[in-house]
Amino acid sequence: MADMKVAAYICKGCGLGERLDADALVKVAQKDGKVPMAKTHDFLCSTDGVAMIRNDIANEGVTHIMIGACSRRAKTEAFYFPENAVARANLREGVIWIRPDTEEARETTQEMAEDYIRMGCAEIKAMAAPAGNPNTGSSKTLLVVGGGVTGMTTAIEASKTGYPVVLVEKTGELGGMAGKLYKRIPVHEPYKSPADTGVADLVSQVMADSNIKVYLNATVAKTDGAPGRFVVDIATESGATHTEDIGAIVQASGFTLYDMNKLPELGGGQSPNVVDQLGLEALAKAAAAGDGVIRRPSDNQPVKSVVFVQCAGQRDPSGTHLAYCSGYCCNASIKQAMYFKDANPSVDTTIIYTDLRTPGNGEDFYRSAQEKGVIFTKGRVGQVVPSGNTSTVKFHDLILDDKDAAVADVDLVVLATGQVPNSGVDIFAAPKEAVEGEVEVKPISILNLNYRQGSDVPQLKQGFTDSHFICFPYETRRTGIYTAGPVRRPMDIAQAREDATGAALKAIQALENAELGRAAHPRSGDLSFPKVRLEGCTQCKRCTVECPFGAIDEDEKRFPVFNESRCRRCGTCMGACPVRVISFENYSVNTVGAQVKAVDIPDEFSEKPRILILACENDAYPALDMAGMNHNEYSAFVRIIPIRCLGSVNTIWVTDALNAGYDGVMMMGCKSGDEYQCHFVKGSELGRVRMSKIDDTLKTLNLESQRVRDLEVAITDIERVPEMINKYVEELVAIGPSPFKGF
Amino acid sequence: MSANTAMAEKYRNSFLKEIEEQVEMGDWVKMCMQCGVCSGSCPTNFQSAWEHPPQELFMMIRAGKREEVLTTSSMWNCTSCYNCIVRCPRKLPITHIMHGIAEYAHRLGLAPKMQPTRFFSGLFWKNATQTGRVNELKLSMGLYFRNGFSAGVKEGMKMKDVALGLMKAKRLNPFEILGGHKCRDQKGIQAMLKKAYEIERSRKAAKMAG
Repeated sequence: MADMKVAAYICKGCGLGERLDADALVKVAQKDGKVPMAKTHDFLCSTDGVAMIRNDIANEGVTHIMIGACSRRAKTEAFYFPENAVARANLREGVIWIRPDTEEARETTQEMAEDYIRMGCAEIKAMAAPAGNPNTGSSKTLLVVGGGVTGMTTAIEASKTGYPVVLVEKTGELGGMAGKLYKRIPVHEPYKSPADTGVADLVSQVMADSNIKVYLNATVAKTDGAPGRFVVDIATESGATHTEDIGAIVQASGFTLYDMNKLPELGGGQSPNVVDQLGLEALAKAAAAGDGVIRRPSDNQPVKSVVFVQCAGQRDPSGTHLAYCSGYCCNASIKQAMYFKDANPSVDTTIIYTDLRTPGNGEDFYRSAQEKGVIFTKGRVGQVVPSGNTSTVKFHDLILDDKDAAVADVDLVVLATGQVPNSGVDIFAAPKEAVEGEVEVKPISILNLNYRQGSDVPQLKQGFTDSHFICFPYETRRTGIYTAGPVRRPMDIAQAREDATGAALKAIQALENAELGRAAHPRSGDLSFPKVRLEGCTQCKRCTVECPFGAIDEDEKRFPVFNESRCRRCGTCMGACPVRVISFENYSVNTVGAQVKAVDIPDEFSEKPRILILACENDAYPALDMAGMNHNEYSAFVRIIPIRCLGSVNTIWVTDALNAGYDGVMMMGCKSGDEYQCHFVKGSELGRVRMSKIDDTLKTLNLESQRVRDLEVAITDIERVPEMINKYVEELVAIGPSPFKGF
Repeated sequence: MSANTAMAEKYRNSFLKEIEEQVEMGDWVKMCMQCGVCSGSCPTNFQSAWEHPPQELFMMIRAGKREEVLTTSSMWNCTSCYNCIVRCPRKLPITHIMHGIAEYAHRLGLAPKMQPTRFFSGLFWKNATQTGRVNELKLSMGLYFRNGFSAGVKEGMKMKDVALGLMKAKRLNPFEILGGHKCRDQKGIQAMLKKAYEIERSRKAAKMAG
């Protein structure tokens, strides 16, 4: 860049001045870093220090700023220069705080600091101030898919915040599953009796709100675009299609009860007197409309005894039925038992459970049911045998260890079958082989996304949509699209309403960020975005396939089409690109590559090995910073470069480092797999897959496999990480120096 | 019809209801949540003494195992230390329920005849109500001879040193065997007891009637 003017500032505060030779650092910046304008300051983050930098920007025409002070994670408000490119050399947490303050250590500590200054100067020259994504849209409308409790709550909450909502419901009325309930589990003191569902109130709020546009008997036929500029076709029953401009989407498509016909041994589908929980709700509603007496379906006689079978088709270790606990069914069965007891205490109600799970105030509800005389029996139901108008429930009593326990003459059996998410098409599922004579039921897409990677949001396990469970529960792997309610994980009405509120807020954030050309979480507010040099592209499709967020489509010539507003700025595409044509303004193959090359590599006789650490900025780098704050010492031979994600690591960095004479390369990323902690969901996994092939590179270079190490690091590893670093350094010293030194 | 069969007939299919109505504090049984803290808190050794620990007894009651509950010796082992009551998260008065079930089993004549606690309780009551004063000599003799004459003599010989010591300290009077000391108002005591029995009988009859 022609008008680039770089300045380097070295802080002497926080003990840096005493521990390091600041004047030497200035010389390094000027000589090795080739930054003539290098200054020191006694207290750089003070008003005076910041004023000095601002003055240089205003009067000296400085555009690029290299700050050698504390970690890039510290003092971000003081060192906030949005118009300029900023690089930070971490001299405090990364050098003086992790080294002992002794005379012997002084030399290696100073060398470490000098290298970080060289790296910072090299990085800043490869950077540009991010200008923001130009390809934005400004729609402020929220699309809510699903008119149940979750969907209606999302719509109401968003509308109250001032955002217009389009609500699409596939059936002819709002209310969803909750609308089919007679009553709900109580959510207020004293938690003793079933409460009104509140659905009617929600429906009237939605219908009365002029800010909410409701499409009934409608589905989403096509979703195109990106956050801030989604274009959604809504197909109605009449055949008409309405097109809406949408800013962000909340998918609240809810659940279906697990099909009890798959449980014939528990009487499912074998008798009208064996029902699922929804079946009982229907009976209770019918009773409430009549004389208040719940009657058994087979002959319409009043029910005198009822047995509730918990975990029917759930928590099944065999893999035949649902593997998980739906969480809400224990309370739901307690509620349903009260339907009987509140109307007529002489009805025998027995709940057979293996573990009664009534967390929180559910415990009061459970106690209330006991007071009302509901019998709780710990046992595993093996068989329900219907005969005539009654059934016999055979179970293994787990307290008395009675394998032949049974309840006979039961009028009604209720199976608690649990929730199955309505999550649409599993876009990453392997195509099923057609079985002859079997009619294949294809799942129906909910969002019909016009995305290269598939028509619906990706799923994680058991059909539930993928979200970063720990940090960003509502986020899906499609930016600007949020899932809420039981499609995300099993939950009850109270949890779904909370979920809906959270998702509405996240969706609003997403569309506001999208309009400003900024990233959504976890790099919230980031203005950089991937740029591609298409003339170098070989159409290999790695970026379009690997992008964890489906941000990249393909045009008709199979070139990648970046939808910047869908991008989370993880850099996985950049790491994937074999021809290295993808980059960000302030993060690229060059910004890291230049740092790798800037390090001074001592010769093989110096006994000073050099180890490159590429540390994930989300977990590993903060862990290293915190190790510094705790003064957990580690080797002075490592040089750490923060990276956006393990997925953004391009193998060229590793190859370059090994060629340059580094003795080893250590990569620190988050846990991957089903229990991932990667902030970019798949980034660390993809990075690891890529790095697993590094052995070939090592072989061609004739190097030992230990020279590249992959380490799983969590943000809490502040004791462990220094230990692992020191261990690795010892290991490398034992192997001996790299043969590539001095070339 | 014996008391037992009458009860069994009355509460057909619902032993829990029978316990709730007939046993002191019996209406607490349904509140047990099977955590087992009572069993864990009990200072007596369950493995040898308690065939069914309290929470299991409660589950058996709910499961309608009438015969097993009323004939077991388990609840007779309760020493009334109240540890379980203190610790029960559901605040069940477990000690009282144990005594209640025991009393009910005794009332129905189902409790094990020679269960030591039950035997001693009967002996003590009989002894104390005869004269209004406990005759310790007769009480211990009754206990020694519960398993027949020769066993009683053996037991007595074993304890003779203790007995002689007590006599020396004027804590045991051998002449008590002839009748011993009594309450001054013998008639009054008997009338009082008679009245108490009457009240008890009418209360239980009322309960039986429903």
